[in-house]
Parts: sequence; C-alpha cells; structure tokens
Amino acid sequence: MSNNNSQFPQWEVFIQEKSGSAFEHAGSVHATDKKMALQNARDIYTRRNEGRALWVVMTDNIASTTRDDEEEFFDPSEDKIYRTPNFYKMPAGTTNL
Amino acid sequence: MNTKEALYNFCLRLADNNIVLGQRLAEWCSRGPILEEDLAMTNISLDLFGEAESMYEYATTLVNNNSTADHLAFLRSEREYFNNLLVEQPNGDFAQTMMKQVLFSAFAKHLYEALCNSNDETLKGLAAKALKETKYHLRHSSEWIIRFGNGTEESMRRTQFALNELWRFTDDMFVMNEVDEELISMGISFNLNDIQAKWKFTISEIFAEANLQMPEATNIIKGGSKGIHTEHLGHLLCEMQYLQRAHPGATW
Amino acid sequence: MTDEQKLAKFEARILAGEKIEPKDWMPEAYSKTLLRQMSQHAHSEVIGMQPESNWVLRAPSLRAKKILLAKIQDEGGHGLYLYSAAETFGIDRAEMIEQLQTGKAKYSSVFNYPTLNWADIGAIGWLVDGAAIVNQTMLAKCSYGPYSRAMIRICKEEGFHQRQGYEIMAKMMTGTAAQKEMAQDAMNRWWWPALMMFGPHDAESVHTSESMRWKIKVESNDKLRQRFVNRTVEQAHHIGLTVPDANLKYNKETMNWEFSEINWDEFWAVVKGNGPCNHQRMAHHIKYHNEGAWVREAAIAYENKLQQKQKTTV
Repeated sequence: MSNNNSQFPQWEVFIQEKSGSAFEHAGSVHATDKKMALQNARDIYTRRNEGRALWVVMTDNIASTTRDDEEEFFDPSEDKIYRTPNFYKMPAGTTNL
Repeated sequence: MNTKEALYNFCLRLADNNIVLGQRLAEWCSRGPILEEDLAMTNISLDLFGEAESMYEYATTLVNNNSTADHLAFLRSEREYFNNLLVEQPNGDFAQTMMKQVLFSAFAKHLYEALCNSNDETLKGLAAKALKETKYHLRHSSEWIIRFGNGTEESMRRTQFALNELWRFTDDMFVMNEVDEELISMGISFNLNDIQAKWKFTISEIFAEANLQMPEATNIIKGGSKGIHTEHLGHLLCEMQYLQRAHPGATW
Repeated sequence: MTDEQKLAKFEARILAGEKIEPKDWMPEAYSKTLLRQMSQHAHSEVIGMQPESNWVLRAPSLRAKKILLAKIQDEGGHGLYLYSAAETFGIDRAEMIEQLQTGKAKYSSVFNYPTLNWADIGAIGWLVDGAAIVNQTMLAKCSYGPYSRAMIRICKEEGFHQRQGYEIMAKMMTGTAAQKEMAQDAMNRWWWPALMMFGPHDAESVHTSESMRWKIKVESNDKLRQRFVNRTVEQAHHIGLTVPDANLKYNKETMNWEFSEINWDEFWAVVKGNGPCNHQRMAHHIKYHNEGAWVREAAIAYENKLQQKQKTTV
C-alpha cells in the first residue's frame, strides 16, 4: 500500500513588499521542490498584493537561538550605548553632523 | 459580417473560454490533492473569471441592447456559447486538469501575445493584462506535467492518458471562420494557423521534458466557434445559470 | 532550574504580557491545550470550505462568484497559517490530518449544517464568520506567539468576509418575495448554530480556567457570545430580518440583548457526530485526500530523482 500521509517538506517564506525594502518572514508552506515552494508561497502569502519578491528556504536549514540563549546573546549589547549617535555631545552650533 | 459584429463575437469567444475553464477549475474547490494546490487552482480560476468579466464588459459596449456582463454569462444557452471544446471537458483526475491547463494556456499565451499588437486598443489592453496571468498559469501547469512525467509509474501513465484523451479537442482552438477573416483583414486579430505553429512548439518542449508521446490524431472534433459543443457544456451552464434562470430579473 | 521555578518564570512572563515562542520552556498542559485548539481551528477552516464550495458553481453573478471563490480560498489559506502555527509544536500536518480523519481531532460543529439556498452563503459570512471574528479577535491576544501572529493575519484578511455576507443578506431583503423568504430561511437555520460556536457555558467548560490564566483564552465563552448577539441583533433588524427567538429582548440596564437558552442537546449531538452533515464532511475530506495521494507521491518521487541526479553529477 502506498503511504497516503506522505508529507512535503516545510519551507519558510520571506516577502519583499516593494523594491528596496527588507525581506520579512511571512509564514511557511509545504512543497517538494523550490519551484513549487515559490509558487505556493505566492498563492498563499501574496493574494492581497503583499509583495514584489519572494524568498523561500527549507525550514530545516534555519538555525535559531532559544530563550535560554537570550541572556548571554543579547544582554551584553544593552549597555553599549556608545554605538548610537546620541551618545555624543557636540559643541553648540555644530551643523551637518 | 461587419467589424463590430465580428469583434463582439470574438470577445465572446475569448470570454466564454475563460468563464468555462474558470468554472471547471472552481469545481476543484475543497478537492485539491494538497491544500496549497487548492489555493493555486482557485487563484487561476479567479484570474479567468476576471478576464471573462472584462471581456464581456467590452462586448457589451459593442452592441446597443443594455446588456451587462452578467447577462452574457448567465442568460445565453449552449448554442450561443463560443468557447473551445477543450475547456468544457470534465476535469477528470488532477493529471487531466493540469493537461487541459497546459494545452489551453499555451494557446492563450500565444494568442494574447499576438493580440498585444492588435489595432483595437481595448482588446490590446485586455490581452496585455491576461497575458501576464496566462504565463503564470502555463508555468504552474507545465511544472506539474513535468513532475508527473518524471514521477511515479502511475503519474506517468495518468499523464499520457490525459494527453491522449484531450488531444482530439485541440484542433478546435485554431478553427477560423468569417469572424477571424474580418478581424484579420482589419489588423484586429491574427491568423490562428500561425498561433498553432507557436503553440505546437511550446507544448512539444514541455512534453519532451515530461517524456510524453504526442498522440495520433484520431477522432478530431471541432465546433466551438460555431456553438456546436460536446454534451458537457449544457450541464455546466445549467448549474452556473441556475439562480439567474430560476429568478428572472432578480438582482443579487 | 526546577520545574516549579520554570513554571513560575513562565507564568510571570505571561502575566507581563510577553509571548511564548516555540523553543521556550512551557508546561505540557499548555502545549497540549494549544495544539488541540490550533489543530481544531485549522481543521475548521478547511472543513468550512465545503459548505461554501457547495454554492461556488451556482453563484448568481460574476461578482458574487469571484467574491465567494476568494473567500473560500482565504479559508484554505487560514487553514494553512494555522497548520503552520501548530507545526511549531513538532507535529506535522499529515499527522494532524490523520487525527481529523480518525475522529481524534475535532472541527467546528457549525460546518455540520448544510447550505440549502444562496442566502446560506450570506448567513455563513455574516453570522458564522461574524461569530468567528469575535473569537479570533480575542485569540489574536493569546500568549502563544505563533498562534497570535496567525490570528492577527487572519483577522486582517477576514475583514471582508462578514461584510460580503451581510451584503448578500441585505440585497436579498430588498429583492423579490422569493429572495426575502430565502434570506429569512437562512437566518432561521444559522442563528442558533452560530450562537453555539462559542461553546458551552463557562461553568460547564472544562478548559476555561487554566486557559484564562495562561492567556490561551482571554475572555469567557458567555461573554463573547453576548458580545456577538448584541452586535448582530441590531444588524438583523436593520435589514428587516427576524431573529428566530421569541424571548429575545433588550435589557436597558445591562445594555444586553437577552436570548433563550441554547438547545444544548442539539449542540452535544452534533459535537458527538450526529449533525446533518458530519458524515458527509468527513467522507468528502477522506475521499479527496485519498484521490490526491498519487499526486503527492509523484511530486516526492520527482524531487528524489532530481536529488539523485544532482548527487551523481557532483
């Protein structure tokens, strides 16, 4: 008997809303190949004119941090405000800076 | 037949093809092989209904009888429909449905490409919009056919069967009559023999990639552009037109 | 960290309004309840395509046909968003479908009623989607990130569903006598099933209290149901439809429309499989799922062949 419950691999879909903007995650689709994944993404996530370009990537190929990683990964950047322009005091009257 | 009459008839032919094929695809609604494909077929169906509607609307401007696109869709009977026989054929399995899509979309693509050079500005605009959609339809269906032709033994068998079954209705898409003669002479439409040559090249490439054998030309059937259909169209219209026919004059 | 400490941290985060993400620690009861609810929700969207597709070929105008088709397609899309969200628990869609087909997973009982005339399409959009929107707006605030995000997207897209349904009803109520009759008939048949969609009374609902604490639900069944009734009764009256409830009356003090007790025997009968279309809906789903098996196999076989080819050429 054939396997009636064969499952297509899962892909994550990223949409670019307009030329030049960042690709944002929209959701996922199931598909056996890249072409099918792109078309399924198009039919499912851009029905309302949401995008001008698409990326798809197999879900298995995505690595992600977990909540346990959160503190050591991201807390260290909290106190590095010298990376932002407002950290610096400019002499009064300075322009174009 | 004057140019206006010919153009009216030609618009009906285009629109009828789209509405009938759209209706057939809509039959798949909630019946797709995977949910993603259910949505894909619905999208194609929606494109086709949209194309039909704008072509009917253009047709209504060519006659002075206060008709609307809905009148043309819902109140003409099977002898007044001019679609090609191919599109009215029952869906069969998914291979037959995709095969029908390939055969028709390849035809529509080359026809719309030609009509993008029409002397009739409105028709030119309608063709340009429909062309974009049709290219996608062809891409979608041809990819399935190629998957099937290189998939399992069962999918190969079903796909070759689909081609053999539907081939007999393909010549019908290229039949020309006085409508075409008039429109060709005015530079509004084009010689369908040229379209057929291009069509054949396109589908041959797809079928080669899908390992399909071109069928023998047997029992070729024609008649759509004269309103002589297969028995299937009547049932399709019966269902589609039911409410408009049962409640004359009602608005919905 | 002990499980108690983890639980305390988990609950503190929920209390602080944070979302829980798939890889975070969560109590088993939380993921179990959510998975049950989300898969049920996904199945409901998919089964819900059936009663509407029953009229898609008979839609009475080109406009109506396009709207209905687009709406059914949205339901399918919403099913997909929800299956994806449920898959974050590590279950795959094939497994959820199997649970649906073996009766282990449920779907909304409202789709076990038949669509018998065109106005039923109006009634489904206006009443069934209307009730669903009340529920889904609440679920968009739920604590599980993937569910909440799917709901936000769904709520945005469903904006047109209820309006198109009401438009159908409103048009028919200004039409011929036959059209008015159809509209009222649909109202009579769909009103109570729509109210049942909110589920049993809070006191009888087994899942409510824990679900509220963990913000899987943020409002109670009865409260949501009352909100729906208040909104809908006035819309019905506005277009001349009669609500099929002799005891319906407005309470000026509470500012609520009071209504009769729901027929809970009918509710439980349909939940347990004895509604007019339970068998039909499931048979349909199984039939077309099985008929699609060769398509899925072919696609997988093709991809495997491509992979093989790539390996040998590398």
